[in-house]
Amino acid sequence: MNLKPETLRRIDEVITHYPVKRSAALPLLHLVQEDVGFISKEAIEWIAQKLELEPINIYELVTFYPMFRQQPIGRRHIKVCRTLSCALMGGYKTCEAFEKEFNTRRGEVSPDGEVTIEFVECLASCGTAPVVMVDDELHEKVDVAKAKQISEQIKREKAERPNG
Amino acid sequence: MRAPQQRRIIFKHIDEPGYTNDLACYVRHGGYEMLKKAVGMQPAAIIDEVKKSGLRGRGGAGFPCGVKWGLVDRKSGKPIYLVVNADESEPGTFKDRYIMHQDPHQLIEGIMITCWANNVKQAYIYIRGEMPHGARILEKAIAEARAANFCGPNILGTAYGCEIYVHRGAGAYICGEETGLIESLEGKRAYPRIKPPYFPAVLGLYQCPTIVNNVETLCHVKHIVDMGGDAFSRIGTPNNTGTRILCVSGHVQKPGYFEYEVGKITLGELLNEVCGGPLPGRTFKAVIPGGSSAKILRFGETFTLKNKDGSTRTLAVEDIPMDFDTLAACGTMGGSGGVIVMDDSVNIVEALGNINAFYAHESCGQCTPCREGSLWMKKITARMVHATPRAEDGVLLKSVADQIAGRTICAFGEACSWPTQSYVAKFPEEFRAYPEAKKGKTHVSALPLV
Repeated sequence: MNLKPETLRRIDEVITHYPVKRSAALPLLHLVQEDVGFISKEAIEWIAQKLELEPINIYELVTFYPMFRQQPIGRRHIKVCRTLSCALMGGYKTCEAFEKEFNTRRGEVSPDGEVTIEFVECLASCGTAPVVMVDDELHEKVDVAKAKQISEQIKREKAERPNG
Repeated sequence: MRAPQQRRIIFKHIDEPGYTNDLACYVRHGGYEMLKKAVGMQPAAIIDEVKKSGLRGRGGAGFPCGVKWGLVDRKSGKPIYLVVNADESEPGTFKDRYIMHQDPHQLIEGIMITCWANNVKQAYIYIRGEMPHGARILEKAIAEARAANFCGPNILGTAYGCEIYVHRGAGAYICGEETGLIESLEGKRAYPRIKPPYFPAVLGLYQCPTIVNNVETLCHVKHIVDMGGDAFSRIGTPNNTGTRILCVSGHVQKPGYFEYEVGKITLGELLNEVCGGPLPGRTFKAVIPGGSSAKILRFGETFTLKNKDGSTRTLAVEDIPMDFDTLAACGTMGGSGGVIVMDDSVNIVEALGNINAFYAHESCGQCTPCREGSLWMKKITARMVHATPRAEDGVLLKSVADQIAGRTICAFGEACSWPTQSYVAKFPEEFRAYPEAKKGKTHVSALPLV
């Protein structure tokens, strides 16, 4: 595994938080995914070895917890809340607006590799519905107009990035 | 305004201009004084105060907090753990997010007092994976508290030490169930455990005695130490003491979070006066009073309840006080305090379709009735909305729900059955009329919900 030194340092630190190494499985999966972008077969084996477990013990977590993915996604991850409060306030329309802006369908990587749009279950900000998370950032009251603004911002950031 | 004033205890400083989530600000506002007071008290005395306060857990089940602490096995010689359930994922509920984001030290003080009272040396905050920002705020706050000697070794110069760690979940609703949460914290799939024998108070994290408390509950502990159990028990109503944070979302003019003495505000006052009533040109149709798994209430229905003296009284939906017991007597529950409002633009079949999609996605899959049944209910409602509805679908849905409730290891079986059972029972005509209503339309609701 080719992980950044900072990731390796944090992995070694987080293992010390628990009296039983296996408890560090979720934190390690998060750290590896944040570093590499997804959880590969190699990552599963590496984490298992690090925690003195069998690879199946890690694989069963990757397939159970929705936040872990086994394939790369777009550079930016747009998560639109699908659950009732957001749907009541127009969450489906919001999701469609993002799909249209990036010419992609939810669950797929956009043709330019820039975004993956996903419906997710409750983001726990129901009072400011509809809500959307872009990477780690929560956006509130995202109606169609605000979805367009956020999309434009993402496109601007792409244009400003060296090498596109 | 007829509605009573809010009584902000936990939310006292939240949203206050200039109030920040750093330690200096918290201390300036009297922070950690109650931890200082607590370490001067006998742990048993604190547990007694919490028992006297009548505080009921704010996570959803409403179990008395002091009783929960009293059940902890203190004779086994094993370490006792505190697990903070910050995996707030019941749709409609968003109170803990604001506590953790805006006042993390209040939670840490509550945790530390609870740890002192129960001789806990290690506590874990299990926070939703979808709240990376909240996790970072908590980690920073813990580091600040540790540097100031409010947690870590030798707290406030005593021989007592306690570490707090933040542990991020990864998007599974079932981690909010306390034994599922413990399994997840142990690095496994969050399959709830069978109770008995796995009552966390005896066999919890690493098979050690464990207390699992909600964020809001732990914040209350600080205020119980402050005012004393007796004074706390006089807030609210008998058996429903203290304040409660109510989160309102959906079709109201001013959604948000509000803190009231338990049972001192009615549903009608909350929705019509505090939240500004329905959206322009609309009327209220239905409300879920305690998170999406709570049974739905239909505006216009009435409830006949027994008084203590044997007489009866009739309540409309608008008259129901927001307390655990009255809501239960009306056939629903206070649950997590998440109130979701639907107006007449919503078709109930489609609202149920949305909720069934949620529960089918979130079933952990351990028990067959829940795994298969929740998926089956989702498929029926999805077919009704997206393909060919049948007039008898409501009856079929109810029969599936009836086969799940009471037949699973954890309460998820009930959580996924109650919406279907109550929606079909309260709105039978919408299920019967849905095929006709849908003819030629993609959706019957004004907005797609599923």
